[in-house]
Amino acid sequence: MSELTLAPPLRISTGIDEAAARRTLRAQIAKLERELAELFTRAYPRKGFDWSVASRSGPRLLGLQELEELRDDLAGRVEDVRHELRGRNQVEQANIRLIDRMVADPASYRWVQVSADDVGARGCKYWHSLPKLGIVGMLMGWWRVKISSGCP
Amino acid sequence: MNEPGPNVLTGRIAEPAASEFPALKLRYRVLDASTHRSPKYLRKQLKHISNRMVGERAINLRREPIAHAYRVFFRHIGLDPDETPTPVESVLAERLRAGRFASAGILVDALTIAIVESGVALRAFDTQAIEGELWIRVASQGERLGDGRGEPELPDGAIVIADQHKAIAPIFGDPADRALPSRSTSRVALCAIEVAGVPQIASEEALWKCATLIEQTLE
Repeated sequence: MSELTLAPPLRISTGIDEAAARRTLRAQIAKLERELAELFTRAYPRKGFDWSVASRSGPRLLGLQELEELRDDLAGRVEDVRHELRGRNQVEQANIRLIDRMVADPASYRWVQVSADDVGARGCKYWHSLPKLGIVGMLMGWWRVKISSGCP
Repeated sequence: MNEPGPNVLTGRIAEPAASEFPALKLRYRVLDASTHRSPKYLRKQLKHISNRMVGERAINLRREPIAHAYRVFFRHIGLDPDETPTPVESVLAERLRAGRFASAGILVDALTIAIVESGVALRAFDTQAIEGELWIRVASQGERLGDGRGEPELPDGAIVIADQHKAIAPIFGDPADRALPSRSTSRVALCAIEVAGVPQIASEEALWKCATLIEQTLE
């Protein structure tokens, strides 16, 4: 019987091209930074958002893992801000509808006050449902929405 | 690739920074300069751009192509641009904080005007601290800025602007003490750091603008 000779084992390269992976990650980071910038301008003048994405003790060359972590942190931040902005938009839309209802029927919204902040606008303007002529208006049920003239 | 403009030198980008950031360029000019009090016309020009820069520009700045390009590059090199602002954002933040661009001498005023108008990251180093040509490289392990005395150790993989013998400054950040222009400075190397998304024409125009403003004060 002839001797069976085995072919050398097939070598499968598992090494990845790290440079290409870093390029891809950098492109993703650039895209996420653009999205964050868009959100920043859309969020203005609202306050209280957290925009920070921790630095990596730069300026230096970042390794694959650091770029991955940075990409993930940025993606997390974009998602957090988007979620927060969506939530605030809903509240602001509800407040805008409340102003419409207040203006249509001030007596039903006695003493209710809505500020520019509450509708995501700049300035110190506010809408306040108040009685006309003070105590007389209160007794007579004469109510109106007073719109402030802005910042002092 | 276009040839750089007259008097503009292009610094070499050493590996591995060159292959990691193929669009990274260091363009610079060496010229006589002074840090003395700015003449009236320069202060007037500073006041003029001060009036043009309003809060709205600061809000929209990060959507402008060149400012955005620097923010992205800052992320790529491990800096948070909200913590360590890019040069143009830093200048504009100071304008909003102080309510104007306060004059700080010829060199700083010229840099401020050129940075605000172009958005390009410009830096100036005292040539007394520079030996040979400038280039960008990655710092070697345990390296310090300048002659190393009193300077902190650079982090592993730090990207620096260097001369033929030593690191002068991190690519973005405070330079070695000797490279910082001072009252005794008479000649500077004016550098523009070009990154992906910043056209060559913009960095050359920024250098030209800044150099012209400085040279006018010497006439």
